[in-house]
Amino acid sequence: MARDVPLPPDDELVERLRGGDEAAFGLVLDLWSPSMLRLARSFVSTNATAEEVVQETWLAVVRGLARFEGRASLKTWVFRILVNTARTRGAKESRTLPFSSLLPEDEGPTVDPSRFRPSDDPHPGHWNPGQQPQPWMLPEDAALKSEVRAVLAEALGALPDRHRIVVTLRDIDGHSSDEVCELLDISPGNQRVILHRARAAVRARLETYFATATATTATSTAAASTAAASTAAQRRGAP
Amino acid sequence: MTCSELAELVTAYLDGALDERSETLLVVHLDGCPACRTLLDQHQQTVRLLAPAASEPSPVSAPACRDALLAAFRDSSR
Repeated sequence: MARDVPLPPDDELVERLRGGDEAAFGLVLDLWSPSMLRLARSFVSTNATAEEVVQETWLAVVRGLARFEGRASLKTWVFRILVNTARTRGAKESRTLPFSSLLPEDEGPTVDPSRFRPSDDPHPGHWNPGQQPQPWMLPEDAALKSEVRAVLAEALGALPDRHRIVVTLRDIDGHSSDEVCELLDISPGNQRVILHRARAAVRARLETYFATATATTATSTAAASTAAASTAAQRRGAP
Repeated sequence: MTCSELAELVTAYLDGALDERSETLLVVHLDGCPACRTLLDQHQQTVRLLAPAASEPSPVSAPACRDALLAAFRDSSR
């Protein structure tokens, strides 16, 4: 709904907001708040606190608009205030999410090493036969699409907070790599390591889902063709 | 470059962050390896599937809270 309304370019938007254009403020409020809430939720322990963080952020934005210098985009500036507010609240709850360095949760292979040939094989590190990724049959059916959304939500929920924050900013909210580095005070390299792990974990979860879904479809197709064959046989008068 | 090495470089490749040599090795590998092309496709599909997850209702859209923030905006503009 609000997502479909295009925002004016940043300089025009800022000018309208500084000029007290309430419609423009309502637009960014509706457009950015869902993403802000999702982001805040990874920094603090409850939905209620996350909602407060979003409201506090908007109040800080209202007070600070005059000081906005336009070095980053308005959206990045707003999200930066959100991250700082959420971090402060998280720290009060003894929840701190370090982004300045990598953690053990960021290390190790993202694909099960047993899927690759061992070092004594003539082709070490290449896919084992039968372990190669199989193309996915993406659903067109609405019910299956909502099943995929549920799988995605579950996969995102299972990620470590830092991983969920980075993949959410990049792939759900569509921030650029530079913007995410600016928002989280993270180096481009570390940002990429975390993004890779997060995407790889979601991909692996989808791979399991699609393998099962494809197997189920294949079984029911096989059952249907068996049924069709026996019907045909009956028509021919076979036992 | 092996398949297991490529599997860890997919995101850097999609972000255009690989050095020239690694990118060449990766592209050459992809050219000869359908399984790794499928892996790359799946990463891209994952990104595409995640994108529409952005729409969800926000409590800030609740009339009371929205009105309070709009009022704060109005006050500050005076």
